[in-house]
Amino acid sequence: MNFAGFIVAQTLNAFSQAAILFFIACGLTLIFGIMRIINFAHGGLFMVGAYVGYSTVAYTGSFWLSLLIAPITVAAIGGIFEKVFLSKLYVRQDAGAYLMLTFGLAIILAQAVHLIWGPQPRSVAIPDLLRGVVVILNQPFPIYRLFLIAIGAAAAIALWQFLERTRAGLLIRAVSQNAEMVHALGTDVALVRTGIFMLGCAIAALGGVLSAPLVTAFLGMGSTVIIDAFVIVIIGGMGSFLGSIVGSLLVAFVQVFGAYYFQDMALAIIYLLMLLVLIVRPGGLLGKEQ
Amino acid sequence: MLRIEGLHTYYGPGHILHGVDLHIPEAKIAAVLGRNGVGKTTTVRSIMGLAPPRAGHVWLANQDIAGWPPHLIARAGVAYVPEGRLIFPDLTVVENIRVAERTAARQWTLERLFQLFPALGERARNRGSELSGGEQQMLAVARALATDPKVMLLDEPSQGLAPLVVRELANVIGRLRDEGVTILLVEQNLKLAEAVADHVFVMVKGRTVYKAPLKTFQAEQNEVKARYLTL
Ligand SMILES: Nc1ncnc2c1ncn2[C@@H]1O[C@H](COP(=O)(O)OP(=O)(O)OP(=O)(O)O)[C@@H](O)[C@H]1O
Ligand SMILES: [Mg+2]
Repeated sequence: MNFAGFIVAQTLNAFSQAAILFFIACGLTLIFGIMRIINFAHGGLFMVGAYVGYSTVAYTGSFWLSLLIAPITVAAIGGIFEKVFLSKLYVRQDAGAYLMLTFGLAIILAQAVHLIWGPQPRSVAIPDLLRGVVVILNQPFPIYRLFLIAIGAAAAIALWQFLERTRAGLLIRAVSQNAEMVHALGTDVALVRTGIFMLGCAIAALGGVLSAPLVTAFLGMGSTVIIDAFVIVIIGGMGSFLGSIVGSLLVAFVQVFGAYYFQDMALAIIYLLMLLVLIVRPGGLLGKEQ
Repeated sequence: MLRIEGLHTYYGPGHILHGVDLHIPEAKIAAVLGRNGVGKTTTVRSIMGLAPPRAGHVWLANQDIAGWPPHLIARAGVAYVPEGRLIFPDLTVVENIRVAERTAARQWTLERLFQLFPALGERARNRGSELSGGEQQMLAVARALATDPKVMLLDEPSQGLAPLVVRELANVIGRLRDEGVTILLVEQNLKLAEAVADHVFVMVKGRTVYKAPLKTFQAEQNEVKARYLTL
């Protein structure tokens, strides 16, 4: 086996894994930055995205359409949840209440998926255009994973530019620093909160749709990925967008290379990494020291 | 321009304002004085809608804005320069101002703001956290102006500033009045208040207990100070 080819293939693998992780972690961190809440339902929303994507493909035959329908559907669910339930808690500023409420949503989403789609996993075919492999340094590599890398990078750049260059992005950054002041300067902060919650949900759903062809859509897919996402957000810094990119890359690389070199230890290594970061920089790599 | 009548405000069960009355004619400056903890900041936050009053009126021209949410109060023409300045630390000077700009055609353009505060123009790309206290205060005022206000609420703007900077601040406040902005100035710094105010109000324990034109206040100053202001 050629070593360079192996390294390149595993590196690409890690990048594609990082893309999936980024889709769920960045929404989690953006929502935390604005609302100071940890959305336990984020994994569930990722899963619903995958299932809605599955049904879209089943009915229309178009994977590409599912990349649009699933985020819109999940953003609508998230928006309604935020407006009807979550927003009632903002005056209480009680972390425990948020936790219970979003945890409740996670359970309801899991039950709803079970009712609608049944217990068996649903596999989604890779679209024709992205099927097959390319040979890189004598190693076959799935085209679909290259596509994941491209779309992950594109999404990261687009979101970053959105945050840095648009008025909505400016307001999001300002609200994360001092919501009351933004309110007193004439912006309806409730709208910003609903908007960011919906955006986070849409991105998570996109991640769900994209990961379904790899792992199928299954009931536990949200809980597997949400744990990784929590670790990423802690490593990168709660509320830091760039932190969620760096964290996704770190965790994906440790997962991919760790799984190869230390099979059973891979999970432990991720937590060791998190511990190390917390010791050196308690606020996360790119977070604010608390 | 701004008339406050019988304002009552609570923090949870704590009854903080027990009927505050203030009146500021258009393009005039009213100074609100009072010892620590008498409710000056609460008054300002009540007007702004951040601590909504439970009873009373806040007349802006002939609209009662009491109980409105803060963003609508801001859009109606009230601007807020909070105690402690509360600049967005990770936004640049320009971005801090942009947050307050909702519409394009405005009276206080970025250009005019930088004419009024040349020091801010020089630091346009610096982040809020990199500014000195004086610069942060100027930015807080510039940011408030970017909402094109009729009324500006200033809560202890001189706090922690060097005398030279306080003098600059007094100039700016005077110029804003000349531009037609009505100003409510909460101050512990009597010198600043006397330098700019047209009317003086004194608060004690959540009530306004004294009001007079500046001249009268200056004549009665020793008595007022002894009764209401010294500890
Ligand atoms: N968020 C709050 N919750 C409960 N009580 C508060 C809160 N903010 C202020 N208070 C109380 O309300 C009273 C008035 O406070 P306020 O800040 O309005 O006074 P102030 O006149 O601005 O004082 P200072 O000169 O120190 O700024 C004080 O007794 C204070 O302890
Ligand atoms: Mg105060």
